[in-house]
Amino acid sequence: MSDLQAQDFIRISATTLTPPTARNHEQEVAKLIDVSRCIGCKACQSACMEWNNLRPEVGHFEGSYDNPMDLEPSVWTLMRFAEWENEKGDLEWLIRKDGCMHCEDPGCLKACPAPGAIVQYANGIVDFISENCIGCGYCEKGCPFNIPRVSKVDHKSYKCTLCSDRVTVGLEPACVKACPTGAIMFGSKADMTEWAGERVDELKSRGFENAGLYDPPGVGGTHVMYVLQHADKPAIYAGLPEDPHISEFVGFWKGLIKPVALAGMAFTAAAAFLHWITVGPNTVDAEDDHHAEELIRSAKEKSA
Amino acid sequence: MTNTWQDIKNANVVIVMGGNAAEAHPCGFKWVIEAKIENGAKLVVVDPRFTRTASVADLYAPIRPGTDIAFLSGLIRYLLEKDKIQHDYVRAFTNAGLIAKEEFGFQDGLFTGYNEETHSYDKSSWDYELDDQGFAKVDDTWQHPRCVINLLRKHVDRYTPEMVSRITGTPQDKFLQVCELLATTSEPDKALTSLFALGWTQHSIGAQNIRTMAMVQLLLGNIGVAGGGMNALRGHSNIQGLTDIGLLSNQMPGYMTLPSDKEATFNDYMKTRQFTPLRPGQISYWQNYRKFFVSFQKSIYGKAASAENNWAYDWLPKLDLPMYDIIRAFEMMNKGEINGYICQGFNPLQAFPDRGKIRRGLRKLKFLVTMDPLDTETSRFWEDFGPQNPSDAAAIQTEVFQLPTNCFAEENGSLVNSARWLQWHWKAAEPPGQARSDIWIMAGIFRRLKELYQKEGGAFSDALMNLSWNYADPASPDPEELAKEMNGRTLADITDPTTGAATLKAGQLLDSFAQLKDDGTTVSGCWIFTGCFTEKGNQMARRETTDPRDQGIAPGWAWAWPANRRILYNRASADLAGKAWNPKKPIIEWNGERWVGIDVPDMPPTAAPSAGVGPFIMNAEGLGRLFARATMAEGPFPEHYEPLESPAENVLHPKVRSNPAARVFADDRESFGAASDFPYVATTYRLTEHFHYWTKHALINAILQPEEFVEIGEELAKEKGIAQADWVKVSSKRGDVVCKAYVTKRIKPLMVDGKPTHVIGCPIHWGFTGQARKGYGANTLTPSVGDANTQTPEFKAFLVNVAKSNGPEV
Repeated sequence: MSDLQAQDFIRISATTLTPPTARNHEQEVAKLIDVSRCIGCKACQSACMEWNNLRPEVGHFEGSYDNPMDLEPSVWTLMRFAEWENEKGDLEWLIRKDGCMHCEDPGCLKACPAPGAIVQYANGIVDFISENCIGCGYCEKGCPFNIPRVSKVDHKSYKCTLCSDRVTVGLEPACVKACPTGAIMFGSKADMTEWAGERVDELKSRGFENAGLYDPPGVGGTHVMYVLQHADKPAIYAGLPEDPHISEFVGFWKGLIKPVALAGMAFTAAAAFLHWITVGPNTVDAEDDHHAEELIRSAKEKSA
Repeated sequence: MTNTWQDIKNANVVIVMGGNAAEAHPCGFKWVIEAKIENGAKLVVVDPRFTRTASVADLYAPIRPGTDIAFLSGLIRYLLEKDKIQHDYVRAFTNAGLIAKEEFGFQDGLFTGYNEETHSYDKSSWDYELDDQGFAKVDDTWQHPRCVINLLRKHVDRYTPEMVSRITGTPQDKFLQVCELLATTSEPDKALTSLFALGWTQHSIGAQNIRTMAMVQLLLGNIGVAGGGMNALRGHSNIQGLTDIGLLSNQMPGYMTLPSDKEATFNDYMKTRQFTPLRPGQISYWQNYRKFFVSFQKSIYGKAASAENNWAYDWLPKLDLPMYDIIRAFEMMNKGEINGYICQGFNPLQAFPDRGKIRRGLRKLKFLVTMDPLDTETSRFWEDFGPQNPSDAAAIQTEVFQLPTNCFAEENGSLVNSARWLQWHWKAAEPPGQARSDIWIMAGIFRRLKELYQKEGGAFSDALMNLSWNYADPASPDPEELAKEMNGRTLADITDPTTGAATLKAGQLLDSFAQLKDDGTTVSGCWIFTGCFTEKGNQMARRETTDPRDQGIAPGWAWAWPANRRILYNRASADLAGKAWNPKKPIIEWNGERWVGIDVPDMPPTAAPSAGVGPFIMNAEGLGRLFARATMAEGPFPEHYEPLESPAENVLHPKVRSNPAARVFADDRESFGAASDFPYVATTYRLTEHFHYWTKHALINAILQPEEFVEIGEELAKEKGIAQADWVKVSSKRGDVVCKAYVTKRIKPLMVDGKPTHVIGCPIHWGFTGQARKGYGANTLTPSVGDANTQTPEFKAFLVNVAKSNGPEV
């Protein structure tokens, strides 16, 4: 849910309205995750859970230090651990903090059919506006990084907000504040890119010839970037995409299918109207009512 | 730590061996990252597993658990052979040139003076040859065959790279790469810091592990300098404070020691604590022992301690044994020799070795009192929790009193961190429910006991009845009152003996332990803390961040013992003329009149370098010891001994396989397994997601690392048909743990004496109370034997077997 006003939006899902540009003085922000100085302590994960008040279930040991095992509606960031043997035969334990990349060209936003459910602010943060979300899951399909997760409880989609609520009031994201080794930095995208350059030079001096910044152009760059020791092989970092692009399906949806689909929806509405005037309204019997109440109760219990 | 957390950033090379700093000390580890990025430092990790620390290291070398001395002795041999030692430093600041007694020797794994029956040494030959003035003889040219450096050279000569690799399993090339990198810090302006923790202490040769590295650091000239030192990273936020105030069975506050029963009188006691200088002009600061001791006795007994009763010496307990450590305590419990137990802030059922023995011991108690903020396993040992804690409660007669205490954030007080800083903290919240402070509970127990003695009398109650108890609220002494008591004050006006002028008024808080007296006119509960709470106020509460040279020394932040000194032995940061070895990072220098710099000099401020006062002022010879004299249980030089449970013979001396001075109880010896039944080496450790057995009670931590597992290399898993996340049963001769298997590339078999040796890693965090899933606890497997000096249990190297399992039998 956004704490910001509409003047902050530069992109809004499923609308042809041009967003106001009242915040064009605002700097683009970025979070820089320096994998080479990350020790995988999960302080970021812990801080994310605390700030956003998320408590996934106590899981099981599943054969790695990744806990919970995957992103969930209540898991917005996650350390992913990868054991990789390099060309010299030496082991490297690559630990990457996974979560929303806040793409400059966000596939989720493009794919979203619900007006205003996904917005991008002038500072580059991509945020989900829960009250507008219809839980269709198209954002999951549209994301080239496999990040959003739709809750089975309230049928809304969730992901990292880059702590837009904190950033708005001049604070760094919670994960950045908690990181003990300074592996997660936050600032203007320009500053973060420059600092990343220094880090890459330092890594090269230590023998990581292919060190580099991960800011993939296929999605217009991202507002969460990685410094990687092996930027030529992002996939070794627990499957970081080599060259992420918005799925062709999303382009197809936007270009051709979306009008057809909208026509389909219009037809459905028209058919429903026809049903109402010819047959009369659908009635809800006691069993339906009871079933609906059960669903609401269990959803409340789970969310409590 | 000899140095501080912040000072790590000044290092050129950081070695993490005997610890896993990134994992266990993630916040402090920021300074290692800082050293790498801002100082171009290289990070070396030597560990049986490829740890989180290794994940950011420049160089990693695997090692078999329990063979660190072989590795480090090989390193010493390398440094001496390649002449990569800091000559001027070693010559002037260590005992390299001192001459050992002719009787001293080492043969077939034993030093002179061994007694096979008592498993201990007569250490009289482990000392220097003295001249007729009582000073140690010295040969600064290092020509004498018995000068320490030559004895050391001879001692480590056996640890060739081939031998090191044969014992440790470390590939020779990796070993030599480590040697080469560490040797670069023998340059006077380069520093190596050693970061270690329980990976070195929790061995039957733990103290010697640390000594060996300290010797390396002396040879490289890295003690006392910026970015150097021996840095023990303490596991609990106040475990440094625990040692400082002597909460061990044979200790008193400020590293004074309790008398033994052979020291029947105060004079007997003081005779062995004279600390006469062993070289001319040396400080031998322990010469002031009597002042510290008398001030302590005055602090606990007040007026009842006087010159007439030898400062109440008779009321002190006298030890009939070297110590009553935890292993002995549970041995006695099992034998019915201890039948009541007040367990304050401790969880022995999880934390002590051989869980089965701990459980059996607790069952035999008449009563158990636990004081803890958490619902510990120890408090619930009697209750049936299924396979992780099966119990027939009706058969157990132990009466358990569970007293909930508040946690640190619910009271004022101080914590001593690894860098010896006493940092005051303020109460942040009210304790929940009926939780009370430890102070309130202990005061209550004391007052009730006193009342009972008053009413009913009892044998030898003097020690308790005479305790001084002058607090505004006797039922609940205030933490500030206690802090002032530890700091100490005067009892009478104190005058300058030369001028006769009054220097201190009666009742005044002291500024420094140099003001302490042995005539009963001063009190101090813990002499090394003197200066922490003065007339200027609570020094521990200071929060001034100014760091004059940006070298990580902010003298106005909190207060460090001793004397607010941040880097111990800092005289050794300067050369013989008093100029910094490393001009870019000076700590103190001689300006012609006095020592000046960013830290409190560890030297009399006006002692000119030409006076030749050694930097190691607590040692009687003023020098750093490559030869430990009689201070260690198993020898003045470190020697490789196998863990009590080991898959390998001791190839150096097969007849003396493990630590000859280790104390092993007969029933414990019975519980040691052989490699034929338990072929794999196991080691225990902590994970960053959890703090000991506490954070499994916190939901977020439980989510982050929910369930017990062991780590097994891919090769062993394949051999045993164990797939990723399968259930396995890990067994030692003492018990079984059924948990999940983490099959990993991070543990590889090591070639030990030609045989592949597998290592199994056992994280320790799970038990049967709290929010995480139930676990058996790694201490189910570990052997009940400790370091010969400290009795710290050998948690880091023991034998197990492993097999695929169907999960816990319910």
